[in-house]
Amino acid sequence: MTATLFLVQALNGLQFGLILFLIAAGLTLVFGVMDFINLAHGVQYMVGAYLAAAFTAWTGNFGLALLLALPSALAFGLLLEVLIFRHLYDRDHLDQVLATFGVILFLNQGVKFVWGAAPLNVPVPEILSGSIEIADGLLYPVYRLAIIAAGLAVAALLYGLVSHTRVGMLVRAGASNAPMVAALGVNIKRLFMIVFGFGAMLAGFAGAMVAPILSVEPGMGDNILILAFVVIVIGGIGSIRGAFLAAILVGLVDTVGRSFAPNLLRLVLDPANASQTGRAIAPMLIYIFMAAILFFRPAGLFPAKR
Amino acid sequence: MNEPQLALRNLRKAYGALVVTDGVDLTVQAGELHAIIGPNGAGKTTLIHQISGLASSDSGQVLFDGRDVTGLPMHKRVRHGLARSFQITSILPKFSALDNVALAVQARSGSSFRFLGDASLEADLNEPAMECLNLVGLGARAAIPAGLLSHGEKRQLELAIGLATQPKVLLLDEPLAGTGHEDAQRVVETLRRLKGRITIVLIEHDMDAVFSLADRVSVLVYGRLIATDSPEAIRANAEVRSAYLGEEAA
Amino acid sequence: MSPIAETRPVAITGQRRRVEWLPVILFGAFVLAPVFAAFSGAEGYVLSLLTRVMIFGIAAMSLDLILGYGALVSFGHAAFLGIGGYAVGILAAHGVEDALVQVPVALAASALFGLVTGAISLRTKGVYFIMITLAFGQMLYFLATSLASYGGDDGMTLAARSLVAGLPLLKGDFALYWVCFVCLLGTYVLARSIVASRFGRVLRGSRENATRMEAIGFHPFRYQLVAYMISGMMAGLAGCLLANQAEFISPAFMTWQRSGELIFMVVLGGLGSLHGAVLGAAAFLLLEEFLPEILHMLGFMLSTDMQARLVENWKMVFGPLLILIVLFARGGIMGMLGGRHE
Repeated sequence: MTATLFLVQALNGLQFGLILFLIAAGLTLVFGVMDFINLAHGVQYMVGAYLAAAFTAWTGNFGLALLLALPSALAFGLLLEVLIFRHLYDRDHLDQVLATFGVILFLNQGVKFVWGAAPLNVPVPEILSGSIEIADGLLYPVYRLAIIAAGLAVAALLYGLVSHTRVGMLVRAGASNAPMVAALGVNIKRLFMIVFGFGAMLAGFAGAMVAPILSVEPGMGDNILILAFVVIVIGGIGSIRGAFLAAILVGLVDTVGRSFAPNLLRLVLDPANASQTGRAIAPMLIYIFMAAILFFRPAGLFPAKR
Repeated sequence: MNEPQLALRNLRKAYGALVVTDGVDLTVQAGELHAIIGPNGAGKTTLIHQISGLASSDSGQVLFDGRDVTGLPMHKRVRHGLARSFQITSILPKFSALDNVALAVQARSGSSFRFLGDASLEADLNEPAMECLNLVGLGARAAIPAGLLSHGEKRQLELAIGLATQPKVLLLDEPLAGTGHEDAQRVVETLRRLKGRITIVLIEHDMDAVFSLADRVSVLVYGRLIATDSPEAIRANAEVRSAYLGEEAA
Repeated sequence: MSPIAETRPVAITGQRRRVEWLPVILFGAFVLAPVFAAFSGAEGYVLSLLTRVMIFGIAAMSLDLILGYGALVSFGHAAFLGIGGYAVGILAAHGVEDALVQVPVALAASALFGLVTGAISLRTKGVYFIMITLAFGQMLYFLATSLASYGGDDGMTLAARSLVAGLPLLKGDFALYWVCFVCLLGTYVLARSIVASRFGRVLRGSRENATRMEAIGFHPFRYQLVAYMISGMMAGLAGCLLANQAEFISPAFMTWQRSGELIFMVVLGGLGSLHGAVLGAAAFLLLEEFLPEILHMLGFMLSTDMQARLVENWKMVFGPLLILIVLFARGGIMGMLGGRHE
C-alpha cells in the first residue's frame, strides 16, 4: 500500500509544484529583469481564480470561462502596471514592498466587496470529472492529471519562448544584465510591460486552473506567494529553469513530507509522539530545505546574475 | 632586508575566458615605494584586488611579512597591516570626514562590540584620526560630511582612511585619479612624506608623479609583468617603451 | 547598497547634541495619557489602545534598529513577536507563570532564532534577504499552527496575566500600562545608546558602504548578525507584553502581513530615528482603529447602505493610502516634522 500511496502523493506534489511554477515563473522574471519585488503577484493568482469562477457562473462552461479569464487577467495585470508598478521600478526595494503590500490589502478587500466574503465553488468541468485507474487499484482524479498536463505544456511553451524568440532573448539578457539591454536601445519600458503582463497572466492561469479543486476566497494568494518566493530563491532569481526545478522540488517535498514525516519519525519515536512531531515538522520542511540550499548556494541553484 | 615585506608568487586571475592577471611574480621590500604602471586594462586594479583580498586568486600566493595570506578575506589582511585605497572613491558619505577616519582607528583599537558610550566622543579614536587628517591636509574639513567634500578632498580622505589603519603596506589604486593640479600636488607631497616610513605599492597613470616618487617601477601589460627596475632603467627600457610608453605617445 | 535610509542620525563630533524635543514630547504624552484616559469616560478602551500602541512601538523600534541603521529589510520580524507570545503562553500552560522566568526564556529563544536564521539570511543581499526572512517568519507561523496542544490554528487563551516574582502585579490595566511604558522607555534608551556606540557606528558604516568597512578591517556580517539578534530580542519582549495585554496568543501574532505592518510603521514614522518608529506605530494603530469611523463621517452624504459598505470595506481605502504615502510622503512623519532631516 505504501508504494501506491507514495505514487499518489508524488502526483499531488507534481501537480502542486506545477501550479507553483506558473506563479513563480512570472515572479522570477519580474525580479530578474526589473529588479522589482512584487508582493502583489499572489493576488493576481487570486484574481485569476475569481475571474474563472465569475465567468463559469456566467457562461456555464469552464473551458469558455478559462478562455475569457486569461485575457482578463492579462488586462488586469497591465492595468496595475500602468497605474502603480511602473512608478516603483526606480524606487528601492523597501518602497516596492510597501506599495505592493498596499495593493494586496486593497485587492483582498476588493474581491470581498465584489463577490462577498464567502468562498466560491467552481464545479469540475464535466469531461474532466471522475477518476481513472492509473495503476492496479489506484484511482486518480482526471482533473488533477489535466492540471499536470497543462502545467507541463505551459512550461514547455515558456521554455520555447524564452530560449527561441527575440523577446525571450532580451528577457534572458535583461535578467543577467539589465543596464546592458537598455544601452542596446531596446524599448525597456515596453519589455517590462510585456514581461509583467505575461507574468500576471500566468499567475491568473494558475489561479483559474485550481479554482475547481480549491475554494476561491479572499487571501488565497497570500500564502502561495510566500511559497513562490521560496521557489525563486531556491531556483535563483531570474532563472526559468531554476524556477521549474525548484517548484517541482518544493511541491514534492511539501506534499510527500506532510504525509510521510510522521511515518518516518515512527522509526525513532513512539507513535503518538511521532505523529505530533511529524505534523509540526512537515510544514517547516520546505523552509528547512530552502535554508539548506541557501547555506551552500546563497544565490540559488541557477543564479542568472553574474 | 632579506625577507621581502610583500611577495607575489605566480598570481593569476581569470574572469571566464578573460585572463586578467597571468603569473605575476613580484617582491616589495620593507620601506620601498613600488609603482606599478601599465596601459588601461592591463589588470592593475585586479592585481590590487587580489593583493588586498577583495578578489580571490585562481592560483598563486600572496606572502605578507613572510606569511601566506592568500586565503584570508580582506578584513583580516587589513588587521595584519595590509591596507588599500580605491580607484573609485569609497567612503562613508554621511559620516563626517573625521568619523570616516575614526572608524578606521576604531577597527584596530579594541573591540567594537561595545554598546554603550558615544563613539564619536572618544578622544582615543578622534585624536589619531585627526592626526591622519592633518597629515593629508584635511584637518580644517574634519566636521564636514564626507559626501560634501570636493573630489580632490575625497581622494585625500581616502588616503587618510588607509593611513589610519596603521598599515605596514599601503596599496594605493590611482590616488591621483581625477584630481586637479593642486590636489595632485598635495597628495604627492603626502606620499613623499610617507615614503620610507611605510611600504607603498602605487598604481598611477601620472608618469611625473610615478618617476619622481618610486624606488622601483614594475610594468604590467596584458596581465603580465614585463619589467621591474629602477625608474631610470624603466624609462630607458626598449620593450617598455614599445609596449607602453610608445602607446601612450601614439 | 540601496540608499534606504536618508536620515542622518550622526552627531558631529565635539558638539553636544541639542536637546531633542520630539522624544521628550512623545514620552511625556504617554505619561500624561492615563490622566486624560481617566476623564475620557472610556478609560479601559483608551488604556488598552495606548498599551497596544506602546507594545507595537517597541516592536517597530526594534525593527528600525536594523532597518533604519543597518538597511536590513527584515520581512519576518513578526516571528519574534510570536516567540515572545508563545514563550509566555507555553510556559504558563506548564505552570510557569512568572514573568521573571518567561521573559528571559523569550529573550533567549528570540536570540537563538535570530542567530540561526540571521546567520543564513545575512549571507545573502537585497531581495534575497527580504524573501528569506519572509520565509523564515512563515516557517515559524506554520509551526505555531501545528502546535495542537497549544491551540493550533485557533491560538490559546491565557488563564491570567504573568506574575512578577510571584505577585499579580500586571493584573490591573494601569499597572500593565506602566510596565509597557517602562519597557518602551528602556528599549528606547538602550537602542539610542547602541546606535551611537562603537557597535552602532560599525552598523551604520556597513549600511553605507560595506566594502569600505571591510577595507578598514571590519567584517560587517558579525555586526549585522548581532544587531539582528538584539533587534529580535527587543521584539520578543514586545511579544511577551502583547500576550499579556491580549491575554491570548495565536499564530496570527506572526503572519507575514503583520511583518509587513511593522515595516510600514517604521517607514510611516520615518526611518532611522527610533522615536519615529514609535510615532509610526501610533499613527498606524490609530488609523486602523479610527479609519472606519472617519469613513463613516466622510460618507455622510451617501445612503445608509453605501455608508455601511464603505465602513465595512475600510481596507480598500487603507491600501491605496499606504501606496500614496510610499509614493509621495518620503521620510515619513519625521520627514514632515522636519526633525532630523537635512
